[in-house]
Amino acid sequence: MAELTKQDIGRFLARQGILVAFVVFMIAFALANPRFLAVDNIFGVIRSSAILGVMALGVTFVVIGGNLDLSVGSMMSFSTIVVLDLHDKLGPTLAIPAMFAMTLALGAFIGFLVGYLKLNSLIVTLGMLSAIHGLTLTYSGGKNMDIADKEGTWFAVIGQGSIAGIPVPILLFAGLAIVLSMMLGKTPFGRKVYAVGGNGTAATFSGVPRARVVFMTYMISAFCVATAGMMQASRSLGSQNTVGQGMELEVLAAVILGGASLLGGSGTIFKTVIGVLILGFIQNGLLLVGLEFYVQYVVTWVIIILAVWLDIAAKRGRLLSPIA
Amino acid sequence: MNTDIPALRLEGIVKTFPGVRALDGVSFTVQPGEVHALMGENGAGKSTLMKVLGGIYQPDEGQIFIAEEATVMTSPLHAKARGVVFIHQELSLADELSVAENIFLGELPRKSFGRVDWDKLFNDTNAILTTLNVGFDAQTRVGDLSIANQQMVEIARALTVDPRAVIFDEPTASLTDAEKVVLFDVIADLKSRGVGIIYISHRMEEIFKITDRISVLRDGQYRGTVKTSETDEDKVTQLMIGRSLDLSRSVSEHEVGKVALEVRGLSCGNLYNDVNFTVRRGEVVGFYGLVGAGRTEIAETIFGLRTPSTGTILLDGEEVRINSPIDAIRRGISLVPEDRKGQGLVLGMNCRDNMTLPQVDDMTAGPFVSDGAEVAIFDQYRDKLDIRTPGWRQLVGNLSGGNQQKIVIGKWLSMHPNVLIVDEPTRGIDVGSKSEIHNLIRDLAAQGYAVIVISSEMPEVLHVADRIIAMYHGRIMREFTAEEVTEDSLIQAISGIESDKVA
Repeated sequence: MAELTKQDIGRFLARQGILVAFVVFMIAFALANPRFLAVDNIFGVIRSSAILGVMALGVTFVVIGGNLDLSVGSMMSFSTIVVLDLHDKLGPTLAIPAMFAMTLALGAFIGFLVGYLKLNSLIVTLGMLSAIHGLTLTYSGGKNMDIADKEGTWFAVIGQGSIAGIPVPILLFAGLAIVLSMMLGKTPFGRKVYAVGGNGTAATFSGVPRARVVFMTYMISAFCVATAGMMQASRSLGSQNTVGQGMELEVLAAVILGGASLLGGSGTIFKTVIGVLILGFIQNGLLLVGLEFYVQYVVTWVIIILAVWLDIAAKRGRLLSPIA
Repeated sequence: MNTDIPALRLEGIVKTFPGVRALDGVSFTVQPGEVHALMGENGAGKSTLMKVLGGIYQPDEGQIFIAEEATVMTSPLHAKARGVVFIHQELSLADELSVAENIFLGELPRKSFGRVDWDKLFNDTNAILTTLNVGFDAQTRVGDLSIANQQMVEIARALTVDPRAVIFDEPTASLTDAEKVVLFDVIADLKSRGVGIIYISHRMEEIFKITDRISVLRDGQYRGTVKTSETDEDKVTQLMIGRSLDLSRSVSEHEVGKVALEVRGLSCGNLYNDVNFTVRRGEVVGFYGLVGAGRTEIAETIFGLRTPSTGTILLDGEEVRINSPIDAIRRGISLVPEDRKGQGLVLGMNCRDNMTLPQVDDMTAGPFVSDGAEVAIFDQYRDKLDIRTPGWRQLVGNLSGGNQQKIVIGKWLSMHPNVLIVDEPTRGIDVGSKSEIHNLIRDLAAQGYAVIVISSEMPEVLHVADRIIAMYHGRIMREFTAEEVTEDSLIQAISGIESDKVA
């Protein structure tokens, strides 16, 4: 057996920095409050992170492809409102595919603007953030949307049921994570996403259809948002127009916390899942420690910055560096 | 200045990275007023050594002495304060700022209330520019300058500190011949002021023209220092690669086959005009001309990256329309692009994934990419092209230039193209890898590939091409066979001088 040198440990920490940070957080919170590691608490955290998590899976594709998606929060509100409205008009069996089609159409529009017209994704999706919000309000007339028969619909299973003791939202999150992880890590399409995000020009010079790949990343993001909207609608069976407001930044934080580069070309679904869980457990842990809800916003931010900084510092081997 | 005290002395520098001993006890000395060449193949340790000198890396062992005073460098800025200045291959200037602001960036002269003292700034700058004898002034916007003049700005920046040692890293990589002369004058001037100069370059011609001594690195080890006047190219090459090189032209003995590619009356805006040529299987056609003569643009058109305004492209006698690189690849055209890092490679991706990128769709088992098929391709071309890497998982960005270029070439060879276009095949690549790549190109022709080589280096086209097409300002001036071409006629052709003795 080779001996573990200081250098080996350093390299391990550099590569697995986020995972290590995760474990450290868990231990710290567990010491502060033993309830933190109780099975029902853990399930509770994962379950409440699932909606954010599903959205983060899609945004991971967009970010690795070298773009941003700030529209996912308001797009999720849109999906939720639409599926709730159509539930009573068409029945859940038709409402779900109809809502998916409408959300995917929005994704296609963004994908067209960013992929084919090569517009800056920050500007396009920031604009779509408010445009879609307006669309949602127009659709709902500004009113909250509620399902009439909250007791009798099978639709509630998606957000509230469990199979073999595991909550359905967790199963959806896990299932989607596995499928998308395979897609990103193992298929030719996934490889092209990394190539386009890593060096779009070189990808073009290698015959990779850059525009189509970028377009597809937004379609995947929209699909995930539609799934999240469905979960959200099912969980509450009624919703405000602003249910997803602000989630775009939390989603982005989870993706970056997981270690995807904002410049594109790096990251994995697995890391994003870790990022989502860290965020979820931090917020839960802070609650259990007894901090007031709104203090969380600040503390969460501090922890994100700390984690990202440690990650970068570990990669370059010192805490402060004159060069990146 | 006392010439007995070395301007800069490195002693026993060792730097290891996980798995690699990048520098293995390197020592050498630069005297004041000396131009000292530092040579070695890519990957020999030159860049690492310079990073140690600039304080970006800390050496594991060994010491740096400036004027015999042991110094620990902590950053390039710190090195500069100690009188060690770097002129980099890739320029680091702010395009939107003036020459003066760039030169004094971070140390602009101030008046009261922190206002910039513009008069002093411009006067100081112009004083430095005068000594450099350049044709622009302090207020010029840097973005408006040529690359050569931007380099002069970098040099001017170095002169603000009264340097002891200036390190030039491949300074002539993007300069024209005339611009080189100016640069060499400046170097001579620095030399006469007693500055010690480290000159890193792959270009033997320059090394023998301007340097006093040559130190050679190989595989991270110091292989010795020789006086330039007492050695020759062969000896230096031997020191660098541990063997001698056969630079004579390998005449093709194989049969030249049918026409693979024909271009008729091709024009593209004002980039190039009425271009006609053919490339046969089994031959290498060289495109020679100055930067901007339209050679790369022709290649990009054939590869589907540009749409021609008029003209036709024929593959195996059949007229084709190529609208995208995807079309081109499907029709068996491959392009090894000019800008290796910008266009050829995804630097953050591993070696294997880069190599198989154009054909990743065809390497599947079910819906997934087949690891085995990919590794098989990588192994095959790693062996064939002698790519030196610890393994396929290595990120391409960590390889030396020569090995990077071989990854790009491997990428396209593995597509078995009918027509292979290679744009500047050996730019920024060391001698050893250079001749390997030249031999490889000759081999490919012998195997029946139709090859186009675009190059700005005359020895390169003379060495590898069976026919040479000389371009000037978007037009083909003349076509030469390898037998009839002479350096003079080639230079005339690419300078736009019409010649009557057309063969």
